[in-house]
Amino acid sequence: MDELRSTEYTPKDFKSDQEVRWCPGCGDHAVLNAVQRALSELGIPRENFAFVSGIGCSSRFPYYMNTYGFHSIHGRASAIASGVKTANPRLSVWQITGDGDALAIGGNHFIHAIRRNIDINIILFNNEIYGLTKGQYSPTSERGLVTKTSPFGTVEEPFSVGELVIGAKGKFFARTIDANVTLSTQIYIEAAKHKGTSVIEVLQNCVIFNDGIHDVIADKEVREERTIILKQGEPMIFGRNSDKGLVLDGLKLKVIALGNGITEKDLLVHDSLEPNPGIQYMLANMRYPEYPMALGIIRAVSGQTYDTAVEEQISEMQKKSPVSCMDDLLKSGSTWKIE
Amino acid sequence: MGKKSRVIEKDEVVIRFSGDSGDGMQLTGTLFSDTAALYGNDLSTFPDYPAEIRAPQGSVGGVSGFQVHLGHSEIFTPGDLADVLVAMNPAAVKANAKSVRQGGTLIYDEDNFTDKNIKKAGYEADPLKEEKLEGVNIIAAPVTSMVKEALKDFGLDPKSVLRTKNMFALGMVYWLFDRKLDYTEKYFEKKFSKKPQIAEANKIALRAGYYYAETIEAFTPVYRVNPARIAPGTYRNICGNAATAWGLMAAAEKAGLKLFVGSYPITPATGILEELALRKDLGVKSFQAEDEIAGICTALGASFAGYLAVTSTSGPGLALKTEAIGLGVMAELPIVIVNVQRGGPSTGLPTKTEQADLLQALYGRNGECPVVVLAASTPSDCFDYAFEAARIAVEHMTPVILLTDSYLANGTEPWRIPEMKDLPDIMPPRPAQDETPFMPYKRDEKRLSRYWAIPGTPGLEHRIGGLEKTVKGTVSYIPDNHELMVRLRAEKVSRVEEKVPDLKVTGHESGELLVVGWGGSYGYIMAAVRELQSEGFNLGFVNFNYLNPLPKNVREIFSKYKKIVVCELNLGQMANYLRMKYQEFTYLQINKVQGLPFTSQEIKDQCIKILEGK
Repeated sequence: MDELRSTEYTPKDFKSDQEVRWCPGCGDHAVLNAVQRALSELGIPRENFAFVSGIGCSSRFPYYMNTYGFHSIHGRASAIASGVKTANPRLSVWQITGDGDALAIGGNHFIHAIRRNIDINIILFNNEIYGLTKGQYSPTSERGLVTKTSPFGTVEEPFSVGELVIGAKGKFFARTIDANVTLSTQIYIEAAKHKGTSVIEVLQNCVIFNDGIHDVIADKEVREERTIILKQGEPMIFGRNSDKGLVLDGLKLKVIALGNGITEKDLLVHDSLEPNPGIQYMLANMRYPEYPMALGIIRAVSGQTYDTAVEEQISEMQKKSPVSCMDDLLKSGSTWKIE
Repeated sequence: MGKKSRVIEKDEVVIRFSGDSGDGMQLTGTLFSDTAALYGNDLSTFPDYPAEIRAPQGSVGGVSGFQVHLGHSEIFTPGDLADVLVAMNPAAVKANAKSVRQGGTLIYDEDNFTDKNIKKAGYEADPLKEEKLEGVNIIAAPVTSMVKEALKDFGLDPKSVLRTKNMFALGMVYWLFDRKLDYTEKYFEKKFSKKPQIAEANKIALRAGYYYAETIEAFTPVYRVNPARIAPGTYRNICGNAATAWGLMAAAEKAGLKLFVGSYPITPATGILEELALRKDLGVKSFQAEDEIAGICTALGASFAGYLAVTSTSGPGLALKTEAIGLGVMAELPIVIVNVQRGGPSTGLPTKTEQADLLQALYGRNGECPVVVLAASTPSDCFDYAFEAARIAVEHMTPVILLTDSYLANGTEPWRIPEMKDLPDIMPPRPAQDETPFMPYKRDEKRLSRYWAIPGTPGLEHRIGGLEKTVKGTVSYIPDNHELMVRLRAEKVSRVEEKVPDLKVTGHESGELLVVGWGGSYGYIMAAVRELQSEGFNLGFVNFNYLNPLPKNVREIFSKYKKIVVCELNLGQMANYLRMKYQEFTYLQINKVQGLPFTSQEIKDQCIKILEGK
């Protein structure tokens, strides 16, 4: 498994023979393309990839990947992926999930995978709706959204994915838009390289049940004005003419126009590597119209991963312990002989 | 050491140590059992402790007990009634007075029988009179004041002095049974190697108790239980949970696989997770999950990645794992689910025993969802059935549920240690490397098991999952394909039958009555049946360890008896299962749902009624 093999791939090498059955125009197609592009650039042998999913439209994803795949049950993909990675840390393990799968039925597994910092990559397709069951509100639906199970508008507060990830001691959080394949590909590559749980929120469009839900920031006409792509070590600048930026005003972020003596030097510089999540937390929670929506890698902090810690503890105990096989264990401790 | 005035040789005796949760009764019982085992007695033990970690001191709810049954002949159970009851306080008398045999002995700490403690235990004035213990030999020993006296110049704080009370009582019991103190003294030296003063104090208390018993000459008669005729070999004491954990590790070694356990702490199954968590030296990966569902799901992930995967739980946890077991059936991954049964439903009686999860194990899932179900029947054969559960799971690519229970999990008995070379090899069904593209649901012709291709293997990339699929692994809603796959999965499980050993009858091979048991009630039924036979009754006994698939010779055996009675700790789940499987027979029932095992006497009484046609 560890031997060196040719790892020169094209995205096509990661396409399976299965017909892709998502609705025409669904944002999932673009995510699939971006992931296949990212994988072809990672230099990891194809057999070392494992894709694990739960239930939902996006969870069909593993069938379309020519890798090892496990399409499981609703909400449990974080736990299954945790088992795969803990068993074999040499695999590159990807969890494909949605806002219902990860944050409603699977919320407990999601936060605990993150807390443990298991080295898996979680792509969370957020379309703020239940698509596979044909249009009910989800844990990320905006308050007041009218759906089949909220005919008079929801009366619930939605989760903010980034806030939840950081609250669960998450060390990697990024956000992208389904249609932005270039940005998405870069993020998937960085997520794969990051040691620890990486969560990528994809603002994904459900063309049937929640069409255009992200248009307010994702539409081509407006996205440069209403989103900011964060880059490590660079000032937080955005706008079609790169004429706006973010500064810290007291304890809050503030959008500021460049010019009139205000230059790039006055802006905040993005530091995804900073362990203190204060600024990253505020960036993750920025919403239009007060702020641009943050895209890119918001937080990427290194730390001990669960899967390697487990292996280290095992090899340490194997050096110390007099028990190295079952016969040793069976004969250890208090025994007696009957002649 | 001392001379015994009147010694009676007994074939077997039952001793029950009982006191407050903090009195150290579990340790006292364990030390006594170990000494008896080293002496060569056969034995069986059962700890009985409250769910509350520290219930109010002196209350009946806070009584912790440890029963040990030792013998010159083979011992099957921890025993029904106690020949000797050690009671450290009035609450212990309240909790256990009914379980002392006529002619037995009660030793109690009279210093603890204060008005306050007596009232706390729910007595008016004199516990012994209120319990009407006329036929019991009563020894009032001033245990508390004796240890205070023995350790008065020792410089220990008063609390530590009182902690040695249990060792004084143990010393008395050692004298009563003519046992040596050396094993226990060595234990103190090892346990308190960094606190030699505590080790010495315990030794002094132990000896003080021993000499006190000798001096007062209250014990007439004293008992001698000679060593049992036990097969030669190396032995150790083992409880069911440890044996289960060890059986799983042994299976992993024999299969050339690594072991993964994903579990959530739950009484009385936690001991399995704890035991496996200890064994980093054997490469076991233990994952304490965030909940029961994650326990089995991490295990399924590890199984997909090529590990021997296990999850351990108890009844409510098995309910939570239900959907994931279904995924294991559909994905056809090997996994062992250990269910240490306890009193249910819901939270029920968490520390007490029951056998009421049989139907949950057999049928508690959506869809046509067969799994293999096994049940262990003694603390030490938990090793054998855990090993067997893992063998079947791996070789047949199927989830296997192993049922044990609280009584087996916590009970101990001497166990002849096996050698790994004597255990069978386990052969995981590996696919041929050159068969590409790999078809995940292609089957071995004989067993119908699919092949296990492990992520990381070049060329065998494939997808599995909970949706119905074709042999190639393509999602399929085609009606005929679904029926074909449902039938194949069922047939795969039924073909496990090939290696299921025949049921063996104990006692008469045919005749008036066949007593049927399954799993953990084996010992009590066995003891009852042995006694009935020695009393001249015509009956046989079979105990089921394989519940799905069932052994091949059931019908043949059942047809040889006039009556069949099924004994189980539920309201008749096995009886109903047999009624469905073998409809031509009539099944009588002996049932108990009190959170307690049967007593052999209960089974004897009911069997006699049946045999005498009442």
